[in-house]
Amino acid sequence: MPAQASTRKQAPETAKRWRVLTAKVGLDGHDRGVKVVSRALRDAGVEVIYAGLRQTPEMVVEAAIQEDVDAIGVSLHSGAHMTLIPRILELLKERNASDIVVFGGGIIPQDDADALKKMGVVEIFGPGTSLQAIIDFVNHGFKAA
Amino acid sequence: MAVRRKTAHEEWAARYGGGKRPPKEGATTISGVPLQPLYTPQDLAGWSYDEKLGYPGEFPYTRGVYPSMYRGQLWTIRQFAGYGTAEETNRRYKFLLSQGQAGLSVAFDMPTLMGYDSDDPISAGEVGHCGVAIDSLEDMETLFDGIRLDQITTSMTINSPAAILYAMYIAVGEKEGLSPAQLGGTLQNDILKEYIAQKEYIFPPEPSMRLVVDTIVFAARNMPRWNAVSISGYHIREAGSTAVQELAFTLADGMAYVEASIEAGLPVDEFAPRLSFFFDSHIDFFEEIAKFRAARRLWARIMRDKYGARDPKSWMLRFHTQTAGVSLTRQQVENNISRTAYEAMAAVLGGTNSLHTNSMDEVLALPTERAAQIALRTQQVLAHETGVTNTIDPLAGSYFLEQLTDEMERGAQQYFDRIDQQGGVLRCIESGFFQREIADAAFEFERKLEANERIIVGVNAYKEGEGAPVPTLKIGPETERGQVARLAALKARRDNTSARNRLEDLKRAARGRDNLMPPLLNCVKAYVTEGEIMAALKEVFGVYREPILF
Repeated sequence: MPAQASTRKQAPETAKRWRVLTAKVGLDGHDRGVKVVSRALRDAGVEVIYAGLRQTPEMVVEAAIQEDVDAIGVSLHSGAHMTLIPRILELLKERNASDIVVFGGGIIPQDDADALKKMGVVEIFGPGTSLQAIIDFVNHGFKAA
Repeated sequence: MAVRRKTAHEEWAARYGGGKRPPKEGATTISGVPLQPLYTPQDLAGWSYDEKLGYPGEFPYTRGVYPSMYRGQLWTIRQFAGYGTAEETNRRYKFLLSQGQAGLSVAFDMPTLMGYDSDDPISAGEVGHCGVAIDSLEDMETLFDGIRLDQITTSMTINSPAAILYAMYIAVGEKEGLSPAQLGGTLQNDILKEYIAQKEYIFPPEPSMRLVVDTIVFAARNMPRWNAVSISGYHIREAGSTAVQELAFTLADGMAYVEASIEAGLPVDEFAPRLSFFFDSHIDFFEEIAKFRAARRLWARIMRDKYGARDPKSWMLRFHTQTAGVSLTRQQVENNISRTAYEAMAAVLGGTNSLHTNSMDEVLALPTERAAQIALRTQQVLAHETGVTNTIDPLAGSYFLEQLTDEMERGAQQYFDRIDQQGGVLRCIESGFFQREIADAAFEFERKLEANERIIVGVNAYKEGEGAPVPTLKIGPETERGQVARLAALKARRDNTSARNRLEDLKRAARGRDNLMPPLLNCVKAYVTEGEIMAALKEVFGVYREPILF
């Protein structure tokens, strides 16, 4: 929360500079959240590659491997999360790239978020999450709070 | 020497700043418009009632488009709904109509909005999820089964494929024995704000504009009760714009449609009376009321003075309002009921012509029936208990509100100038101007929230634990399986030669300049699917890729 705002951009010099691919997966075009998060992460020193709208799981996984990212952050508001996010996990496994962390956000009901976490998604950030919480999550090596 | 006595205003100012607790400085609206703690007649120096307000039902319509406003007729309570299959949504519509709702508003699922059939691989996991799945005329017949289309008006929230769904609706009407002229309703069909904000574009801007103009021309000639376009600020605002940006970009889009229709040879007074608008009602109460009033005044002047419209109906900005989805919070979901109620009241005090109130649980999923009913009742309480319908434009003359209305107007005018200087709306879309302005405003809002400069109850103040989970509506996989099976059966049953021929006719027409509504009507009546039609049009028109920026 904002109380820690002063710590932003103060990750230790020796800290790894994380690379994150952000993407809108599925057919909806609600890109406000993913753009705000991408910008906040970039401002906090994370290398962010925003893939854009309507990325299929195949496109996301291909881009993540090509760009050699540490994590994929996906945003969904269309209700297709229980189909598309598991598919991303499955493709990463097929490509021996399960070391790439998957996290997400958007309109995802709590029980679906719980189910996705059981499948291997590290964190789902719901509406109202503070930007600092997401920055901390990335800078602490994608560890859920 | 005579000492000038302090004015009452100066005395107040001294008392205001002189107390033990220094008053809060730097207050702004949610959009960042600076606010004074007090407004007085000084703020309206030179302000003229006749020039700025006039009377309800008269130019410049600041006080409302109808002389009797809500005493004559209540706003239309129009709840946006649609989920799962056409059959399930048909049941929800019958329920809503039985509860006193006067008009329907169709929410389509993402594949339908993006022009894909339910059996397309890209539709996997999306069918029926955030609206109803419509693939062909058969689904549309099911959607309106048992509902007399001449007894209601229907609003359809669809953009890139709008002309196709419009053709399907006309065809359903014909099957009920109704002529197109008997059908009343609204097509959202506002492609410009798709490039700007909601991002459900498919074709490049030019052919997209042609499709919009074809529907405007068709409606102007055949359907006097139909609004071919609902020029929408809602999505611009939800994407993070300020109130002024919402107002300015929406009216700029409106001007682009007017210019394109005039260019297509339609006299302005033949189509302008049927242009309608759609705005967001956000949580900043007075700013929203000012925005709605400024919108009417601006549009009246633009239509009369810039485009030379002579029919007063061309000057009237009629609009639908939806309360702000983005203002809802996942935390303490029930608080959303009160947010929505304030927003609904702002819309009504701003003179809206129809209204959708969000359900408290829409931040989580599609609304449950219970939540949808509370949202509907919120409007009924507003309409029948609070007394707001008794007096027209009741806040007129408020020093604050009139000053803020002027401020909205000034801000919009500055954006119109900037858009003109950059070559107009299409050029600004291609350069990413609108998108960047909106992204910047959205980021600024988050920054203020993060710094506790803005408070959202339950989010960065008055927090509790997560609370009990709220039941949400689930769409199971059987919806998609059933829809795909119905589509396969339709494709096996229909006359496929005829379907192919109608598609070829459409492509030929698309390559030329004829109005595309007649060949589209022939396609849908031959049960050509939406996905097939869109694929054919993509062959001719191509697809759009947006500049990626954040």
